[in-house]
Amino acid sequence: MKARDPVIVGIGESDYPKAPHLSGIGHHVQATQRALADAGIEKREIDGYMCAGMAGEAGMAVAMAEYLGIRHRYIDSTMTGGASFEFHVQHAAAAIRAGLCDTVLVSYGSDYLSRMGRTLGTGDFRQTRSVAGPTMWEAPYGLPLVGSYAMIAQRHMAEFGTRPEQLAEVAVGVREYAGLNPNAMYRDPLTVDDVLSSRMIADPLHKLDCCVVSDGGGAFVMTTEERARDLAKPPIRILGAAGAQTHWNISQMGDFVTSAAVRSGPEAFEQAGLRPDDVDTIQFYDSFTITVLMLLEDHGFCKKGEGGAFIAEGHLKRGGRLPLNTDGGGLSSCHSGMRGIHLIIEAVRQLRGSAGAAQVPDARIALCAGSGGYLSCIGSVLLGSEAR
Amino acid sequence: MEVIRGIEWNKPIPDPDAIEAPFYAAASRGELLYQLCPACEHVQFYPRGLCTECGTTPEWATASGRGEVYTFTVIRQTHSEAFKNQVPYAVAMIELAEGVKMMGNLTDCPIDEIRVGMAVEAYALEVADDFALPFWRPLTATSG
Repeated sequence: MKARDPVIVGIGESDYPKAPHLSGIGHHVQATQRALADAGIEKREIDGYMCAGMAGEAGMAVAMAEYLGIRHRYIDSTMTGGASFEFHVQHAAAAIRAGLCDTVLVSYGSDYLSRMGRTLGTGDFRQTRSVAGPTMWEAPYGLPLVGSYAMIAQRHMAEFGTRPEQLAEVAVGVREYAGLNPNAMYRDPLTVDDVLSSRMIADPLHKLDCCVVSDGGGAFVMTTEERARDLAKPPIRILGAAGAQTHWNISQMGDFVTSAAVRSGPEAFEQAGLRPDDVDTIQFYDSFTITVLMLLEDHGFCKKGEGGAFIAEGHLKRGGRLPLNTDGGGLSSCHSGMRGIHLIIEAVRQLRGSAGAAQVPDARIALCAGSGGYLSCIGSVLLGSEAR
Repeated sequence: MEVIRGIEWNKPIPDPDAIEAPFYAAASRGELLYQLCPACEHVQFYPRGLCTECGTTPEWATASGRGEVYTFTVIRQTHSEAFKNQVPYAVAMIELAEGVKMMGNLTDCPIDEIRVGMAVEAYALEVADDFALPFWRPLTATSG
């Protein structure tokens, strides 16, 4: 370890899955206070700030820096959808290494469920009748958000023979972990039949192939390895962090079966000097079951087209060799619009050995894979629990 | 492609800029346009002010209007006011014979019979004066 190597020293989550007492900004505040307390760092020490959000001031880094009273010398408002926070780790790590700042706060907050109801996946979030810009090539045809992922799943099934019951296994496995998280939105055990018999939303995705809609927020604190020596919690190291993009609007995805993780994944592994076999747990953006399958294949855990069979072998479940979303994920625990910050937070919990009943035995290396937009932007972050 | 006129349109409607507008005007004349780069021959859709490969200003080209379903979904639930009375309906990505992909609704076909790879043809709905949107339907022997 070098003195300026970046580490994560504090994590916090705001109240979820339903928190009508908190606004979007309120989620930022609560998560930030909890992350600072967890780190044992004073707010005045923060000299770098990053955030992103879907709309309003809770998504604006400059507005949030003002509200939180952060006198930063480094700010980043990179917005790559739900993957924003994985990109923030990459940017914060580089800024800390370069000496542009010493201690970075990343925060997120959303009151989506309390404000908008369960309209994220199937709603009218493009409200206007007259549509300018590249979304005009899609808007007349009535594709809700879930439909984009459904088209990815449909192509994957047609090209590789992937089956609905294989996708359903993702939701079943994540639900088992949700049962261990008292805060998770849904905790009752789930079967493959439950998923397949839930109503079809957008073929071939059923209701239980889709993530929940919730309120929620999170924050984490990054600083230098040198500063972390004085802090109470064991520092979690940034072993690799890379990001890439293939498209923004779904109609520009290209082949619909390959995400930008084919670039961000290998780059992150190369930085870390690791291979997929070295990973002990994965925290993947599970907006839909197909999202997990695509991220698995594109990070090299199995070959392209073999994700369905890989999932069906049970590796991602509790007791498997690659436990997925040990907090219950977006599929069962919480998803307030941009879930990527929770991937980092849960990975830190695992690597600290503080995940309670959901603890993966001897977890030393975690891969967080954020997906933003419509599998548009992928951020791959490898975290580790000890010096390498 | 066939143009069906006199449509009452209550769904979202594009508000194109000067680069995008010729597509919709051409569709109202029965022509389906895409872009071709005069420098590197890259084909692209949606239309842009530059070739995404080499940066040159692209030119318009006219497509045959024939293609295949590259992927699709059937929307069975939506809260969108403009669409919720239409469910179930199909949204597809069509791969044109010329190599570009376009999103559109696939109509005139039972939704249970839609398959990846099925042959389709474009038609247009004129939703405003000299302004039409492309749609897709199965390519039949008679339309060939």
